[in-house]
Amino acid sequence: MQETPRIRMLLGLADDALIHGHRLSEWTGHAPTLEEELALANIALDLIGQARALYQATGLPEDDLAYLRDPHQFRNVLIAELPNGDFAFTIARLLLVATAADLAWRDAATSDDSDLPAIAAMARNEIAYHIRHAADWLIRLGDGTEESHRRSQNALDALWPYTGELTVGIDRSAWLGAIEAVLERATLTHPADGWMQGGGRDGRHTEHLGHLLAEMQILPRSHPGATW
Amino acid sequence: MYSQALNTKDAAAADTSPEAASFQARIDAEERIEPNDWMPDAYRRTLIRQISQHAHSEIVGMLPEGNWITRAPSLRRKAALLAKVQDEGGHGLYLYSAAETLGVAREELVDQLLTGRAKYSSIFNYPTLSWADIGTIGWLVDGAAIMNQIPLCRCSFGPYARAMIRVCREESFHQRQGYEIVLTLARGTPAQKAMAQDALNRWWWPCLMMFGPPDTDSQHSDTSMRWKIKRFTNDALRQKFIDATVPQGHFLGLTFPDPDLRFDEASGHWQCGTIDWSEFRRVLAGDGPCNRERLAARQKAHDDGAWVREAALAHAAKQQRKAA
Repeated sequence: MQETPRIRMLLGLADDALIHGHRLSEWTGHAPTLEEELALANIALDLIGQARALYQATGLPEDDLAYLRDPHQFRNVLIAELPNGDFAFTIARLLLVATAADLAWRDAATSDDSDLPAIAAMARNEIAYHIRHAADWLIRLGDGTEESHRRSQNALDALWPYTGELTVGIDRSAWLGAIEAVLERATLTHPADGWMQGGGRDGRHTEHLGHLLAEMQILPRSHPGATW
Repeated sequence: MYSQALNTKDAAAADTSPEAASFQARIDAEERIEPNDWMPDAYRRTLIRQISQHAHSEIVGMLPEGNWITRAPSLRRKAALLAKVQDEGGHGLYLYSAAETLGVAREELVDQLLTGRAKYSSIFNYPTLSWADIGTIGWLVDGAAIMNQIPLCRCSFGPYARAMIRVCREESFHQRQGYEIVLTLARGTPAQKAMAQDALNRWWWPCLMMFGPPDTDSQHSDTSMRWKIKRFTNDALRQKFIDATVPQGHFLGLTFPDPDLRFDEASGHWQCGTIDWSEFRRVLAGDGPCNRERLAARQKAHDDGAWVREAALAHAAKQQRKAA
């Protein structure tokens, strides 16, 4: 695969959506309420749909990109591949990632790429709902009980070092402003920016991505050439 | 997806009151009974049990199919499966809501499921071992569910009948999608075709059991028929399913795991061999391959979610105090 700058950019967005969508889909059947089963599956579906549109925009077969690349060829940010943790972790990650994605899509909407503006228009509508959903929950959890507050704060503390690469290419202060507005209502705080994890965009991932892909890719890998 | 004739006996005491007579007259005239209308206690109890069993089946049914979401073999299949499992959750939600119109809370119904007091369709106690199981569940399990549920669209209880209309529409979409998965496998590589055959071998008999015990053993049908909760007997629905499904299987080039299956020219029906009802009773009683795992998974989701639900309530209470 010839990874032109355009393909690399598309893969970054697409892999973020696919891998995060995969993690959210793991909640299916295990969410804290029935309504939340539906909501998390719905967000996962949106993200997988965005990934498909972006893979298709590369002109390469979408399933080859999703199923036949090795971990080091994935361009997603590390935060997307971290295991789900508890519900607070999942929700806090969703807020952090969706808020960044919204800013990235805002730029994509005005790009002169042949495909991106149309995909961005669809994605931005969806992401607006993801942000609202995550913010509503984080406010409930932060403000709810002592336990839910503690879990939410722990999640933010654990996630923060992964937010550095999340805001590369977008305005971090705009992102931070949007996040802080939610955290204030949630009575939560974020740690100061310190050393940040990175490497996802260059294909240097956490230990978790290999396992995720081993599971996701097993059928096409074990039946080469088969149609499903 | 999946109502099943599971109802245990609930003999309706002969009610000779004028209300009961006018209630029966409305049913006989094909009128719908609505939540605030007078109804016999046994009618209410029967419906709460049936609708909640149906809702539980939808929710437990998310687990075997959910097992393959992360391993779906293409992005198109992944999105379709995720949407399907989400639909099942949605069906659970409207069914719990329909049950709630009869004066029982969802929490109480969920508690009945988790404590083993309420049943769910026996089919979900079987494992999904390959991708072909996902196609086969759509084709056969949703197919059987549709046979059971189409008549429920005319059930005498309005909220249940209306929920079923929407559910059936979605189920028939799932059924076609499942058949298309199996068709793709049956026309695929030898390994894919073997996968499809193995899935049919494992799911066929449990699917026939989804219609419930044979009419000769089913003591509760009479009352449900009189109340127009049920309109066809278990055996009649099972036969309809077999007649519709066997030619579909043959079209796929697959064989059914029943050496006695044959077409009876005289009746115009496919006749199957003897169903092993001891397996059905055993699985319903708790000894199926996945009964314990399914309930443990529901229990774990419930327990792990407790702090979330408490937080939501605590936040809502704080908001209310602020507004007051």
